[in-house]
Amino acid sequence: MIAARGLGRSFGAKRVLRDLDLDVADRDVLLVTGPNGSGKSTLLALCAGLLVPTAGELEVEVDRSRIGYLAHEPLVYRELTALENLDLYGRLYRVPERRERIGMLLERYGLWEARRERVATFSRGMQQRLALCRTLLHEPDLLLLDEPYAGLDEEGAALLDAELGALAGKRTVVLATHDPEQLARLATGTLALG
Amino acid sequence: MSYLADVGTLARKDLLLELRSRDTLPAMLLFVVSTLVVFSFALPADASDAAAYGLLWVAIVFTAILGLTRAFAAERDQRVLDGLVLAPCDRSAIWLGKGIAVLAFLALAEVVALPAFALFFEPVSWELVAAVVLADGGLAAVGTLLAAMAAASRARELLLPLLFLPLAIPIVVGGVGASIADDPGRYLGFLVLYDLIFAILSWASFEYVVTE
Repeated sequence: MIAARGLGRSFGAKRVLRDLDLDVADRDVLLVTGPNGSGKSTLLALCAGLLVPTAGELEVEVDRSRIGYLAHEPLVYRELTALENLDLYGRLYRVPERRERIGMLLERYGLWEARRERVATFSRGMQQRLALCRTLLHEPDLLLLDEPYAGLDEEGAALLDAELGALAGKRTVVLATHDPEQLARLATGTLALG
Repeated sequence: MSYLADVGTLARKDLLLELRSRDTLPAMLLFVVSTLVVFSFALPADASDAAAYGLLWVAIVFTAILGLTRAFAAERDQRVLDGLVLAPCDRSAIWLGKGIAVLAFLALAEVVALPAFALFFEPVSWELVAAVVLADGGLAAVGTLLAAMAAASRARELLLPLLFLPLAIPIVVGGVGASIADDPGRYLGFLVLYDLIFAILSWASFEYVVTE
């Protein structure tokens, strides 16, 4: 599903990724590890198509409508409510039975009671839960998750564990993490950067 | 149809955001009215009509800049633009939705500005109204594209006027010409041509502005 040959990415004079070869097959779960600044987020942004490689080749064999991308930021409007944000993305992604799907995700991630509150009033953990709802809304074939556990409390982390457990073997997942041990049981491979 | 639905969804979202935050339109209204008030005291009583119309158009262009500076503020915040760019809709729909919202804010500012102009300076003619409507189209089309370009830069407050003002000069020329010339049709035609050319250019190039 993802193939990279000699992949590199620089920002000005700073080279973040260098000469990376990578193969991710359909339904693989790849953990990307490495210290801060090693290029984990850059690799995910490249796979999402948000960045263009400055060296080498990258082929992602999935339409952008089938990619779910979880970034450091939740990619939602702070002045809209959780419901309004998910409805916006649901419309743009043409999610079938949108309202039911949104309701189910908000329930699952414990945001149903706060669905009509503006995101600006959400805690970091609630924003991360909403970002996960946004990422999973259109049931993507390829999940690109950048530190998905960041900001989550124990309950949120357990929900995400269950979600990833259910998705493993059914979807392709590339997940950047500082704690590969936590997901070792699901991983089909690990890529250490830096 | 799905393209228009996406545009409607995105434009509605921008109007809702402004309704919630109220951080663009009040500033535009305050600026354009206070500018006209200041000009009404600064212009001598025997000043020509052309000077008054010129000042109105300067006020409109700078009011537009004020609105455009905030146009992508919500998308910059938390990198929401990345989320929109990743969505499967045509990326030009983002430009068109945002352009419609900018157009709505400009139109609302002018609903206040034109009566204020009539109060302080000259009666508002149909030629002036037609020129303002056409100019708004051009300002929103070019301005939205340039605001998206500037939003990616750290010096966005400086970059936007630098990019926008040279491209707005033809609009001021067309607007002032349509307001004072004996034959306003020529200038209105010029504004229609400007709108068409720049709307097509902006529509076609927006994708390259928001992606690398």
